[in-house]
Amino acid sequence: MLTFTIRRLLMAIPTLLFISLIIFLILDLAPSDPTGSLPLTIPPEVRADIRASLGLDEPIHIRFLLWLQQFFVNEPLNLFEHWTGWDLGGEDRTRVISWQTRSPVVDIIAERMPQTLWVVGTAYIVGILIALPIGIYSAYKQYSVFDQAGTFITMVGFSIPPFFSGVLVIVIFAVQLQWFPSVYDTTHEVTDWDSLVIQLKQMILPVMVLALQITSQISRFMRASMLDNLSQDYVRTARAKGLTESVVVLVHVVRNSMIPVITVIALGVPQVFGGAIITEQVFKVNGLGHLLIGAIQGGDIPTVQTLTFIFAVLIVLFNLIADVLYGILDPRIRYD
Amino acid sequence: MTELTTLEAQTYQKQRNQWWDVWDQFKTHKGALIGAGFFIFVLLFVYLGPLVWSIDSQYIDIRARNQGPSWAHPMGTDQLGRDMLARLMAGGRTSIAVGLTAMGLALIVGTFVGVIAGYFRRLDGVLMRLTDLFLALPILPLLLVIIMLFRDPLRASFGPEAGIFILIVFVIGITSWMPTARIVRGDVLALKEREFVLAARSIGTPPHRMVLRHILPNVLSPIMVSATLGIATAIITESALSFLGLGFPSDFPTWGRLLFDGTDWLQRNPERVIWPGLAISLTVLSVNYIGDGLRDALDPRIRGR
Repeated sequence: MLTFTIRRLLMAIPTLLFISLIIFLILDLAPSDPTGSLPLTIPPEVRADIRASLGLDEPIHIRFLLWLQQFFVNEPLNLFEHWTGWDLGGEDRTRVISWQTRSPVVDIIAERMPQTLWVVGTAYIVGILIALPIGIYSAYKQYSVFDQAGTFITMVGFSIPPFFSGVLVIVIFAVQLQWFPSVYDTTHEVTDWDSLVIQLKQMILPVMVLALQITSQISRFMRASMLDNLSQDYVRTARAKGLTESVVVLVHVVRNSMIPVITVIALGVPQVFGGAIITEQVFKVNGLGHLLIGAIQGGDIPTVQTLTFIFAVLIVLFNLIADVLYGILDPRIRYD
Repeated sequence: MTELTTLEAQTYQKQRNQWWDVWDQFKTHKGALIGAGFFIFVLLFVYLGPLVWSIDSQYIDIRARNQGPSWAHPMGTDQLGRDMLARLMAGGRTSIAVGLTAMGLALIVGTFVGVIAGYFRRLDGVLMRLTDLFLALPILPLLLVIIMLFRDPLRASFGPEAGIFILIVFVIGITSWMPTARIVRGDVLALKEREFVLAARSIGTPPHRMVLRHILPNVLSPIMVSATLGIATAIITESALSFLGLGFPSDFPTWGRLLFDGTDWLQRNPERVIWPGLAISLTVLSVNYIGDGLRDALDPRIRGR
């Protein structure tokens, strides 16, 4: 198991390097000009100076290696210094600088991260908590009215894109009923009970939209996995031993059915970050997705490069976690 | 005489095409049947609808702007007085065309990679690493980046509409072939060990004929299922791009674009958001149900049960 994990981690390094190269090349080959949005009155020589100050006149391989060094060596060292308080003598270390704001990209990401984590993380947990009982019960009562209704609702949740469900809940709950605000206020700070209520109120709509999608995906998996297990021999044995129905289902079957579902949950984490781009846009949540869209529209290549790469790292990492979890949870799986 | 007719009936039954069995099984799935009916209805609505509803989707009647539903405009009009029903038909044509072509592209690439990887052992490792690599790419951010950056040159060389159509179909197709490739590869690997393949090889069938004649027809069912699901994801991805303002321009509407344009008039005319949204959701829902039914119908273990 350990050797498998180490081998996969080593495999991940060339994969990630290759992905970062692909992202870099796509961004670089694209005919976009970071000075294109500046006023037209700027003379060409000043424009060339600006490009030089952004480091754009270096050849492409130098820029790529520089980014690699900044992202993989300098930023972790800075983080290490920040955490431990030690001084490793890094005053001349260059950082990945955003072209739009001229501040380090990693700092901006750290600033935006809490918003995304709050909304998306809550939605993911809520979605899972709703999905599991639905999946369990509809598999246990297969073809019952509950199962039919549950299947239909998950199908609907599967099919409604977040940009429609988001707008729909805004129409219903924010415009017509006026229960919740339609825009997520990022500057809001939780200090006492009342502000906590406001925070919860503004989180409800985006969380609802994201949770609908997550619920429908996971409850379908849970149901299918439960159905696979319910017809197995060990279930009949457990019943024949005289165990109560609740023990058979909730202890024996659910535990075994959770194995594939947990890997699906792990695999879904990076997807939720990606899917949150649209939900963040609909509710104006000032998170990572919002940052990415703004950076893309502004031609801010370092920010786009770093963010996309972080998404890629998340995908590779959670793939690895899912595989390892599968091996730990299921004794039949042997990777050696 | 009666024996003869029953015998005839039996031989007739035996010669029955297997697609009739598939259809019989498909018919038992209520949701899939309704889904198929609705999808055909949507196709008729967007392709033959303009013959009945002859208002031009680009016709601007500024005096009739922002109207609610009426007999003259059953779905109201937008802020320039363009008829929403006609725009919904025009948008649906683009959305469905994008969905079908992108799905076709993804299917061709996915099947090709899957069959080659499964059949030729030497290429398996390389191609599957490539598939894993594509699966590890963050799709939506990359789509946004690619479209943002390559939109203008393509527009300049192919015209505003064809250029953006080619770009969107290409990026959706090129980023969604991986699941098909994986499924097809797994099936091909299993098929390769079967006796009929061995028999075909022993009479000297060359590889290309082997793939076309023996392998491909047998992996058709997973390909068809991923095709239907591919249409659904392609339509949703295209709408998402249009919704983020990075898809088709406003005078060349798609359902996603109509929804995006409608959000600015949400308080005044909420139906401008609801109609395109419903069109996207119901089409995707029906396609998903068709895929569900096809999966059951094409599985010989379930069929006839």
